[in-house]
This record gives sequence, structure tokens and C-alpha cells, in this order.
Amino acid sequence: MSELPNRQEDLSLDTFVRGLWRENPIFVTVLGMCPTLAVTNSAINAIAMGLATTLVLAGSGVLVSLLRNWIPKQVRIASYIVIIATFVTMVDYGIQAISLDLYAALGAFIQLIVVNCIILGRAEAYAAKQRVLPTLVNSLGTGLGFTIALLSLGVVREILGNGTLFGLHLFGPGFQPWLVMVLPPGGFFVLAIWLLLFNWIRQRSERRLSESTEVAANAR
Amino acid sequence: MHAEPLTTIFLNAAIVNNFVLAMFLGICPFLGVSAKKESAWNMGLAVIFVLLVSSAAAYGIDRLLVTLELEFLRLICYIAIIASAVQLVEMFIKRFSPALFRSLGIYLPLITTNCAVLGVALFQTSREYDFVQSLVFALGAGVGFTLALMLMAGLRERLALARVPNLTQGTALTLMLAGLLSLAFMGFAGIGGSHG
Repeated sequence: MSELPNRQEDLSLDTFVRGLWRENPIFVTVLGMCPTLAVTNSAINAIAMGLATTLVLAGSGVLVSLLRNWIPKQVRIASYIVIIATFVTMVDYGIQAISLDLYAALGAFIQLIVVNCIILGRAEAYAAKQRVLPTLVNSLGTGLGFTIALLSLGVVREILGNGTLFGLHLFGPGFQPWLVMVLPPGGFFVLAIWLLLFNWIRQRSERRLSESTEVAANAR
Repeated sequence: MHAEPLTTIFLNAAIVNNFVLAMFLGICPFLGVSAKKESAWNMGLAVIFVLLVSSAAAYGIDRLLVTLELEFLRLICYIAIIASAVQLVEMFIKRFSPALFRSLGIYLPLITTNCAVLGVALFQTSREYDFVQSLVFALGAGVGFTLALMLMAGLRERLALARVPNLTQGTALTLMLAGLLSLAFMGFAGIGGSHG
């Protein structure tokens, strides 16, 4: 396989971990909002959606990376879309075969994975330039980051809005569910609160960093 | 489902099950282009146009695929149709209004990956709308999208003058507003029956 001159990334732990935290698709780059908000009204839906997206990410990433020297630059976006749509169709039929209940719960949002910006973004920004193995690892990392983000929304919304977690009742019969949380507005609110939390953590660590450099400068 | 009156379809798509605030379709441009009322309005018009073109084309393609028994190619065909419709709109706008073309910027080609457009094509198929119903559904979805975008832009223009804590600036605040709007739209639930 021919080597591109630069920007080839060596496989490292960072290839995987980056997608989990520093480049988390939801909390940091705010991509792929539609499925994030729509299917996270329960934890199990969130996991299923996350896994389906991860599969498509990994599959299309590997194929794009394999074909990266053959796809002409002018039609690359169209080619990526066709590759992604192929994998989404596979996942769509797969879920339909495995669990019809899940398929009904996720609805059109499985097919809408095609237009998830995360996948096209990864294909364009990473898979098109890198070798197969790093691409696979990076896609899995990004997918896992996406799944964790979806799960963190799904868990909060399911506990508050339904009093259950993975379908198990957590509270006694006296629990009054906070219904709004499983309805559409809850999705916006919970995501906003998570983003606030992330901003706060990031700002605090930045402030600490600048303070410590100041102290070091003063000491000198 | 076939007997559903056109007004019900329209109201359902535009207000009761608003595409942005109740179905979460088209969130990216909703968060991205809603800072100014003017660009929100133009974006809304462009999306309505793309929706109508792609909905009509998707209806035709679906008939063709069903007769050929190639339904598994539906997704790929729809995406191709939407991409061409967006290209068409792009050329149209570039030719007749270069200023508008510049103000929409990257968000114009990104209509291709607007879930609302693919969502309309997929929903009209799964709900088995006929041709006229599909067009009305697409129009309703587009009007609903524009409405949500305009409401958001109006709120955000006011908000730009307000002092908010540093931490909440940006996406978090926009999401809070979207949540409040969505709460308000929930008040319409029940008008004209719902299927989500």
C-alpha cells in the first residue's frame, strides 16, 4: 500500500482514547445532535443506537480507508455517502432481524444514521488519510464516546422521567415520574445540563493550569 | 391512514409534531443558523424548496423501486436524490442571489445531511402517503422548520443583549431555549391526532 507523505498517524492509545474524552463527538464537537436527543428517552434505546452507530462508523471507516487511494477527490463525498448508506442498510436489516421491538422503538432513526454528521466527519477528516488499523481503532473510540454520551443522557432521562433503569423499577410505588424528562423538552434540558457540566470542568482545569504557570513564573 | 385529510397532515407536520422541536430532525442547522433572523428566514425557504423537490422525487423513485422489487436500495436512492436537489437549489441561489449564497455559506450544502429532509422522505414512505399527501407533508415539515428557526432566531437576537453567566454562553444556552420552546409546543399535542 502506498504511503502518503505526511500526517500518517501511528497506532497509539491516544488514537482510541481521544474519541472518548478530548474529541467526544457530543460534548466537545457537538455533532450528531438529532439521534442524540431523539432516542435517549431510555437507557436501552441509547445503547442500541450507540452500538448501531459504532458499527456503521467502524465499517464505513475501514472501507473508506481501504479505498482511499482509489476514490477520486472530486466525487469523494458522494462515494462516502454511498458507502455509509450501504452499512446503514445492513445494520437496519440486522436490527430488524434481531429485535423487532427495538426496531419499532428506534423507528426511522436507524436509517437516519446516514445523515449523522459524525460518520461523514470521521470519513472525511480521518479515514480518508489514514491506514486501516488506526482508522478502525479511532472509529471504535469515537463510537464508544458517542455511546457513552448517549447513555449518560438516556440514564438520566429514564431515571427522572420513568423511575426505571433498563426497565427495572428503582423507586417505590410512591414515586411520581417527572414526565417531561422522557418527552422532547427533557432531551434539550438534560443535554444542556451535561454541556454546562463539561464547560465548567474544562474552564476549571484551564484556570488551574494558568494559575500554576503563574505561580511558577512568580517563583522564578 | 389513506383517508387522512390534507389539513391534518399539514398541521401535524408543522405544529403538533413540529419537526425540530418534537421529532428532533434538523437540529444541526437549528443550532447553527439561528443566530440572525434574516439568515434563518433564508435557510427556512431553501429547506422548504429542497423538501418539496426531494419529496416529489422520492415518491417517484419509491414507486419505481417497489415495482422493481429493489426496496433495499431505497436509502441510497433517497440520499442521491436529496444531494441532487440540494445541488439544484445551490446553483439556483448562486445564480440569482450571490449575497444570499454567501450568507448561507457552508450550511447550504449541509442541507444534504439535514435529517429533516431524509426524515420526510422516510416518513412519507412508511406512512404510505399518496403524491399530494406527500407534498403537503413536505410543505408542512418545511413550514414547521422555518417557524422553529425564526422563533429561535428572534429569541437569540434578544439574548445577545442580555448578560448571562460566562459558563452558559453558546450551545448550552441555546439548548435551554430550545427546551423551553419545545415545552411550549407540547401544548399543541392532541390537536388533529398524533403519531410520532
